[in-house]
Amino acid sequence: MSVMEQDSAGAPARASLLNDPKVRGLFYQVLLIAALVFFGYFIVTNTIANLERQNIASGWGFLENTAGFGIIQSMVPYSETSSYGTALVVGLFNTILVAVVGIFFATIIGFVVGIARLSNNWVISRIAYCYVELVRNVPLLLQIFFWYFAVLRAVPGKREKWSLFDTVHLNIGGLRLPKPIWEPGSFMIGIALVVAIVASIVISKWAHKRQDATGQQFPMFWTAVGLIIGLPLLAYLVMGMPMHLEHPVFVDTGPRIRQGFELNVGINIIPEFLALTAALAIYTAAFIAEIVRAGIQAVSHGQTEAAHALGLRNGPTLRLVVIPQAMRVIIPPLTSQYLNLTKNSSLAVAIAFPDLVSVGGTVLNQTGQAIEIIGIWMAVYLSLSLLTSAFMNWYNQRMALVER
Amino acid sequence: MSKKILPLVIGAAMGVAATTAAGATTLEDVKAKGFIQCGVSQGLPGFSNPDAQGNWTGLDVDLCRAMAAAVFGDASAVKYTPLSAKERFTALQSGEVDVLSRNTTWTMSRDTQLGLNFAGVNYYDGQGFMVRKDLGVTSALELSGASVCTNTGTTTELNVADYFRANNMPYEIVAFEKADEVVAAYDAGRCDVYTTDASGLYAQRLKLTNPGDHMVLPEIISKEPLGPVVRQGDDEWFNIAKWTLNAMLNAEELGVTSENVDEMKSSDNPSIKRLLGVEGAFGEAIGLSNDWAYNIVKNVGNYEESFNANVGPDTPLGISRGVNALWNDGGFMYAPPVR
Repeated sequence: MSVMEQDSAGAPARASLLNDPKVRGLFYQVLLIAALVFFGYFIVTNTIANLERQNIASGWGFLENTAGFGIIQSMVPYSETSSYGTALVVGLFNTILVAVVGIFFATIIGFVVGIARLSNNWVISRIAYCYVELVRNVPLLLQIFFWYFAVLRAVPGKREKWSLFDTVHLNIGGLRLPKPIWEPGSFMIGIALVVAIVASIVISKWAHKRQDATGQQFPMFWTAVGLIIGLPLLAYLVMGMPMHLEHPVFVDTGPRIRQGFELNVGINIIPEFLALTAALAIYTAAFIAEIVRAGIQAVSHGQTEAAHALGLRNGPTLRLVVIPQAMRVIIPPLTSQYLNLTKNSSLAVAIAFPDLVSVGGTVLNQTGQAIEIIGIWMAVYLSLSLLTSAFMNWYNQRMALVER
Repeated sequence: MSKKILPLVIGAAMGVAATTAAGATTLEDVKAKGFIQCGVSQGLPGFSNPDAQGNWTGLDVDLCRAMAAAVFGDASAVKYTPLSAKERFTALQSGEVDVLSRNTTWTMSRDTQLGLNFAGVNYYDGQGFMVRKDLGVTSALELSGASVCTNTGTTTELNVADYFRANNMPYEIVAFEKADEVVAAYDAGRCDVYTTDASGLYAQRLKLTNPGDHMVLPEIISKEPLGPVVRQGDDEWFNIAKWTLNAMLNAEELGVTSENVDEMKSSDNPSIKRLLGVEGAFGEAIGLSNDWAYNIVKNVGNYEESFNANVGPDTPLGISRGVNALWNDGGFMYAPPVR
């Protein structure tokens, strides 16, 4: 100790500055940043120079030009006369729709299969095991093709249909459902729904408090179901039934080309969407199942035994004791799976679902604005990923073990 | 020592900048690597399609081979890059391919805004519709309410939108990235109609389960002049692409074929002499040897030979010359003379 102190104190000031780890560290970091900035500058100027040399127009003006092509599914108003910008928005919403629906189903299937893998029932756990091994070892694109092409051939052709209660119909053109048409006064149904949800939350808080105080349980689940279904139904009846269903129209007479379902009547969920979400949900669910299994197994078996000792049955033990603790282990890798699903949705282009990549590709080809379009793609997927992970991190913090 | 790092970094970056800025011409690049990188379709029988051994054949492929013959005297000095409609222009712009010979429609915006040059037309096409015969449709005007399968990112997608809109017919567009998936979806019955260039319809029909159950409707709804494309700003390479095509057309017009080209060298016809490099120095003028056109015809053949071998009446596609006949035979094919 004393020898080292003497050395550094005895050295001349100039040498100590050069050898000072702090100064050196700072110097190299500044150097690295400068090199990175220069590299970025070089890439950008070089790209601009090359674009100019090849006479490729750049800029964002093309977004306002007329697109001129059709899109099979759009959640915002879109026609061939809309702009490229609108087309890209259509693609963005379609991507988000697939991601949200896919994540929803992947989570449900994943949790069910993950829990089933740990079942004491040999058949159930084997089935879950086979599902996981089969699905996660087959490439996703292949599975998308399977759901689209193999399953598509099994359903009836355009001029025939399978019907359920004469309201839900399926054929190769998609899944047809009745479409609710809202009339004046129907806004009350929406208000009733919001009131029901708020009331359920308030009652659940009250029920928790009461249980903490008195130990009495309240049938929360059925109350909430009753409220959420009952209140809007009441509003619907009181307002004089301001809503009717528009049923899909199936024509089976006249020239053959005219037979089949009429376009734009009722709701049509196109097969491209069905195949893509099915493939994404089932594929991602296999990974989620393994995450759930790992999470549950990470919870000490003593917790289960303790719960059983308290007299809890298997169901409540899993729901109230094991899963809440397992969630801490499950959430971080689950976030990765959600991000994967969102990014994998770009495979949509292979089966004609108009997601952002598919629509963007068409715009790219019509305008030649490769750099701008790829920039939009990168920005959108980055934002979607950051949003998902921000939400999951927030949720993770909420689920984290609270230490008192 | 640390003082030397910054100048080194800057120096290295400047060095990279200098080499990218200077660049060699496409011809120099091609000669240096010893082959032409040619962008083709992902498989369109008759135009560019790999056979069982992986050899590419077709009308578009023959143009690449002819360019290789013109540059190297060897038609096999070509490497092929299969490109989707979406990828093709970026691949050419970025230098991934030297020439794009992939049933690409010559349009004004592509010619003027994408930094590309169309070197001519090797097939005059038009967009058509294919339907199942049992639909009982005889005209495209009866297709109201139909669902239509096609490729993404092509003029096809725009033409079909224009056509249905102009005729006030509702429709549903299902657009795939790859032609194979369009065929599969149409074959499965997802769509009533398959639309693309008429040549493509005849080619893809061969891939259907029962080609005989399908028919191409008489309407042609667009002009689709298809031809090879090169990057803008390299006139030397542009000339080579342009005159390779012209040489094949001129050879047909002058009756020079791959079989008689050696005898034709001693022909008295001055046009033939100029074409085959016996007279004048037309090859040197475009940066090649004077027997450039001889090499093209000897190795690949003239336009007629290429057409008949790949898409003509004796092939499975069975396309007649139609508007693709020579100008003096009632068609559009007209090459400027070599003189």
